[in-house]
Amino acid sequence: MNEAVKVASQDAALKPVAGPFTGNEAIARGVWEAGVKVAAAYPGTPSTEIMESVSKYPAADLHAQWSTNEKTALDVAIGASFAGVRAFAAMKHVGLNVAADALMSFSYIGVNAGLVIVVCDDPGIHSSQNEQDTRIFASFAQVPVIEPSDGQEALDFTKYAFELSEKFDTPVIVRATTRLSHTRSEVKVGARQDIQPRAFNENPSKNVMIPSNARNQHPKVLEREALVAEELASSPLNKVEINDTSVGVITMGLSYVYVKEVYPEASVLKLASSYPLSERLVRDFCDQVDRVIVVEELEPVVENALKVMGIRVEGKSLFPRVGEFSPEVVRDGFVNAGLLPEKIRKGNFDFAPMVRPPVLCSGCPHTSCFMALRALDGRVAGDIGCYTLSVVEPLKSMDTCVSMGSSIANAVGMAKAGTQTKPIIATIGDSTFLHSGIPPLIDAVYNQANITVFLLDNHITAMTGGQDHPGTGKTLRGEETARVDFVKLIKALGVEWCETVDSYDMASMYQSLREAVEFKGVSVVISDRPCVLDPQKIKGDPFKVDQNKCVACQSCMNLGCPALTWSSGWHEGRHKVEINPESCMGCSICAQICPTDSIAL
Amino acid sequence: MVEKRNGPTNVLIVGVGGQGVIMVSKVLAQLCQNHGYEVKQSEVHGMAKRGGGVFSHVRYGSAVWSPTIPEGEADVLLALEWAEALRWINFMNPDTGTFIADTQRIVPPFACRARGRGEEAGYAPQTPEEIMAQVRAGYAIDATSMAEDLGNLKAANTVLLGALSTTLEFPVEDWLEVIRGFVPPHSIDINMAAFAAGREWAQAGDKRVEESAKGLHKADVELQQQVITKLEITEEWCKGCDICVKMCPERCLRLNEQLVAELPDPSKCTGCRMCEWLCPDFAIKITNTPVLEAAE
Repeated sequence: MNEAVKVASQDAALKPVAGPFTGNEAIARGVWEAGVKVAAAYPGTPSTEIMESVSKYPAADLHAQWSTNEKTALDVAIGASFAGVRAFAAMKHVGLNVAADALMSFSYIGVNAGLVIVVCDDPGIHSSQNEQDTRIFASFAQVPVIEPSDGQEALDFTKYAFELSEKFDTPVIVRATTRLSHTRSEVKVGARQDIQPRAFNENPSKNVMIPSNARNQHPKVLEREALVAEELASSPLNKVEINDTSVGVITMGLSYVYVKEVYPEASVLKLASSYPLSERLVRDFCDQVDRVIVVEELEPVVENALKVMGIRVEGKSLFPRVGEFSPEVVRDGFVNAGLLPEKIRKGNFDFAPMVRPPVLCSGCPHTSCFMALRALDGRVAGDIGCYTLSVVEPLKSMDTCVSMGSSIANAVGMAKAGTQTKPIIATIGDSTFLHSGIPPLIDAVYNQANITVFLLDNHITAMTGGQDHPGTGKTLRGEETARVDFVKLIKALGVEWCETVDSYDMASMYQSLREAVEFKGVSVVISDRPCVLDPQKIKGDPFKVDQNKCVACQSCMNLGCPALTWSSGWHEGRHKVEINPESCMGCSICAQICPTDSIAL
Repeated sequence: MVEKRNGPTNVLIVGVGGQGVIMVSKVLAQLCQNHGYEVKQSEVHGMAKRGGGVFSHVRYGSAVWSPTIPEGEADVLLALEWAEALRWINFMNPDTGTFIADTQRIVPPFACRARGRGEEAGYAPQTPEEIMAQVRAGYAIDATSMAEDLGNLKAANTVLLGALSTTLEFPVEDWLEVIRGFVPPHSIDINMAAFAAGREWAQAGDKRVEESAKGLHKADVELQQQVITKLEITEEWCKGCDICVKMCPERCLRLNEQLVAELPDPSKCTGCRMCEWLCPDFAIKITNTPVLEAAE
């Protein structure tokens, strides 16, 4: 996958400069250098490449795995920490919601060997369902959060987080953001630390959170909060840069580099961590400047903490609380503060850019499924995956989408509400089903809900770029392993109507769906067709449109297939259609739909 | 040549998912690092494979802070697709920036949604000549056709890198060395030729334009009559078989309570006649009356 990582791991001894590394690759390097023995993750943009990169380091050094979901990943890491080796879990911000149950208790327990969780936030919602701020989660769980601002810090801070974890008996969160995760830069690397395993700590009063033990642990967590704040206050990971003392900016993570870009004259306190925050550290800085401005992406975590301390500070009155920061956004904030002049230099082209939304790929096995669902006119509870793209025209056949694994239970609720006259259908991908779709399917059977579940099995975790999962029969390192048999699994849960269909056979797939919605009770239709991109790119002979037969009815254009476009020919005032042979992969769906049989090989 | 300033040099590389924007920017980033510059290259992926727009910021110099280029400060805008070039054109520094774009047009399905008579695709209407007249410096180059002539469509990106090489200060040999490391062994020769072709083309003169032969088909647009479409259903003949409802491309027909086909919103009917042709009972009749005749 990445040449730089390969080189770095082969040449493990000492190669001082490597890369360019993405932030994610730098984190993975930090994990390896810290002597981690067990690492687990569930893929999720922008965190996915962390575990992919970790898996490029030798198997003899560390075990790396995809877990079925983020909670499982964190629990695997916790188990490894109990067993005395450094452990690591990676996830996206909303993945931490899934792992939260384990995190909240493990915060009380603390670590044996160090445990670090990297959580990648997605300010600007590039590829997520919200833009929650993990720093609030960290303070809620009373777990320290460390915030790197570039690739080098991503590596160094990750390594440091393990030391902090062990010194203060606490899990530690390293917070990255999309921009850090996906920026490449030069990184200085080091050797792998040789960390000796610790003995299992046979101490149930620490490791078993029954009420009496938890009550004892809670005060220790509060003591720990103060101690970690003090440690971080003296840490060289913070930067204090005193320049013009009329304005002091307190910032952290990626916001720091934007401040340096647009307002280099300001005095800056760059925090290594937003939580826990030492009053001594911030007061020392604030005393040296006349006006204090906090620049932080998303929530006013540090701003509010400073206000509680009674420090006069500005922040979200100048800078937005939504969206991703950029040099422009941070600059505008300082313009609002009256500190920088309005920008003059701007491009002067004023035309609206063409809309180019992401679409399902040419030959995507989901396309025909959603075409059929639209024709069926059902009430469709969707889920997270590529197929969420079917929410817009021309497929436009998804009514709701909440979070990973929500679709099936959402459908149960819709059915139990008794208000819907349309058939109720839940659509869910294979990886999402294994992540968190099985308990709600059991719920549906147990509560005898009259719903149809359309399991879109494309044999891969597609949205995040093609990762294996327990339904593919391959591990993260590509080794053969047991493969979940979806039909057996679903029948074992008590589903009586379950049929497998080929989504490239439009008519029989549609017929199965019709039978499934007629069935009273839980019915499951499984679409069994691989993703056209991963694990291997599929390319068949392209279809052609016979320009003499095409009547420009636009039926095929309702697929939204990127291989279909308008030709130069017209029929009764509408463009005929042609197929781009480069991108057509030969799935034949358009040929099946064409009412005039104009499309053929 | 991009003028040397105190700040970093900014190259914004844009295109459509699957075109290789990330690969092009990795080549440049590696080259910059080999030359001892601090370099930051930033992109956002996740949706990239799904045919959406992709962009990558490359910044290099003695020190680089922000991983993204501030609007209006790109020294070079390198676009692998025409409409994407226009989307990002205001990121280019209007006083010193260089514009390099492939004139290749990738028309997304979303741009072919209009159903009225005589409707054209909703693709960027600006021509390379128009844009080149307004930018300070640059090239509109049909890199895709050049690569096709060399025998591999995919080498279009290397043609563009050849053009880019004329605006940045790195020696040709260093470019070639990095490119060799990034392309598959069997295609090294063709990529070397593609680089040379792009470089030579750009060196032949600033503000050159070569229009793509591909893409939209404005040339043979017929004059489209305005017509009034009318759909009549003979209710007595309709047996409610649902064929017209299912086959209507505009999804504007439905069965009423008596299971007879009806058209609730006549404005949605485009008069394509699909239902008329497919009705097994000849119950549907479409008339497309030209506006002029209707007025008489």
